[in-house]
Amino acid sequence: MANKVYANAKSALEGLTFDGMMVMSGGFGLCGIPENLILALRDSGAKNLTVISNNAGVDDWGLGLLLETKQIKKMISSYVGENKEFARQFLAGELELEFNPQGTLAERCRAGGAGIAGFYTKTGVGTLVAEGKETKIFNGETYLLETGLVADLSIVKAWKGDKEGNLIYRETARNFNPMMATAGKKCVAEVEILVETGDLDPNAIHTPGIFIDRIVQGSFEKRIEQRTTRKREKA
Amino acid sequence: MPWTRDDLAKIAARELRDGFYVNLGIGIPTLVANYIPQGMEVTLQSENGMLGMGPFPYEGEEDPDLINAGKQTITALPKTSFFSSADSFGMIRGGHIDLSILGAMEVTDRGDLANWMVPGKMVKGMGGAMDLVAGVKKVVVVMEHTSKDGAPKLLKKCTLPLTGVNVVDLVITDLGVFAIDKHGQASIRLLERAEGVSLDEIKAKTEAPFVAA
Repeated sequence: MANKVYANAKSALEGLTFDGMMVMSGGFGLCGIPENLILALRDSGAKNLTVISNNAGVDDWGLGLLLETKQIKKMISSYVGENKEFARQFLAGELELEFNPQGTLAERCRAGGAGIAGFYTKTGVGTLVAEGKETKIFNGETYLLETGLVADLSIVKAWKGDKEGNLIYRETARNFNPMMATAGKKCVAEVEILVETGDLDPNAIHTPGIFIDRIVQGSFEKRIEQRTTRKREKA
Repeated sequence: MPWTRDDLAKIAARELRDGFYVNLGIGIPTLVANYIPQGMEVTLQSENGMLGMGPFPYEGEEDPDLINAGKQTITALPKTSFFSSADSFGMIRGGHIDLSILGAMEVTDRGDLANWMVPGKMVKGMGGAMDLVAGVKKVVVVMEHTSKDGAPKLLKKCTLPLTGVNVVDLVITDLGVFAIDKHGQASIRLLERAEGVSLDEIKAKTEAPFVAA
């Protein structure tokens, strides 16, 4: 069995990046993003990237770092409202953007990874999203044809992983990571805790190791975008 | 007196039923969680992959892995489950969520909704809004009755890019509550007016035809 474990994010991306490639990057907002692999992708210098990610990070973190260096040519996302540099580049015509409804984006990744070329959904019927797309009526209701997405590379973040590449995510940091892990021709995962094969409960594994080509343990900043709290009731 | 933000949340909370699975949008809809009637069991879904959303954490107990769709730190409950975005939107698109309460920029008498884009100005994206309005059983909009410059928002035809067509069931504004016949041809029915708000004032501020129920 080939070794999947790499010492750091930089070596884990070696030989997998090239100009003009399509990259999927997991996460929702800054939650569950592959922090270290995004930094390594920036440092690889690969440019003219098409990046598929629900969001575009913030100005100085996550995918915002790749916008800052102008390595991204096109984004496929559902919501980019937290990134001023994104808005600036887009309105200046420097960046291509394809908005997908969030559920459609998730399903396009799932479909791509599962070998499904297209699927019909009610989401977006009669809106800008439907322009140029085939529609079909099922049981009297109109549905829209959306296509599966396959990327050259997907980078994902999990909580725990083993040397086989089996992954377990934590709380809402799961989000887009499981589908994206299946939809890259190559997938690199970064984890907080890397354990020996056999140390994870096989019943609890979210992403089976077959989808993961390389795995790396990292340390994480885990930035919070909106820190909301409540006051403790007085005893 | 037009209704306040909290009044609107309170009125929207009347749409909750025991056992409902509910998705609340950002802004006033989030406040609806504060008005779930005592003794009623309502499960809040967050489209980033969580069912059974708890309150904000105590200071110092924020967990960066545990956020809602507005990217705010939150907490889990004993009944909570976590899942992927694909499963989350399977719930939404598949019609398993009972009620969605969300904000809007424009709504028409046919239940068309615009709430995600102002061409040339706002490039934020639709997030999960298009999936929610297409898949959730009942869609309630909570919004100001007019825009900041006083223009009506209850229209015959949306001027902004659409989020969905024939999707809205009920609109709650600071002036009144409006029922929409999204699959039929009936006029909007004004179900209730804010105290002290006249029918004439609502007529003057509404483009879409409506009848007082």
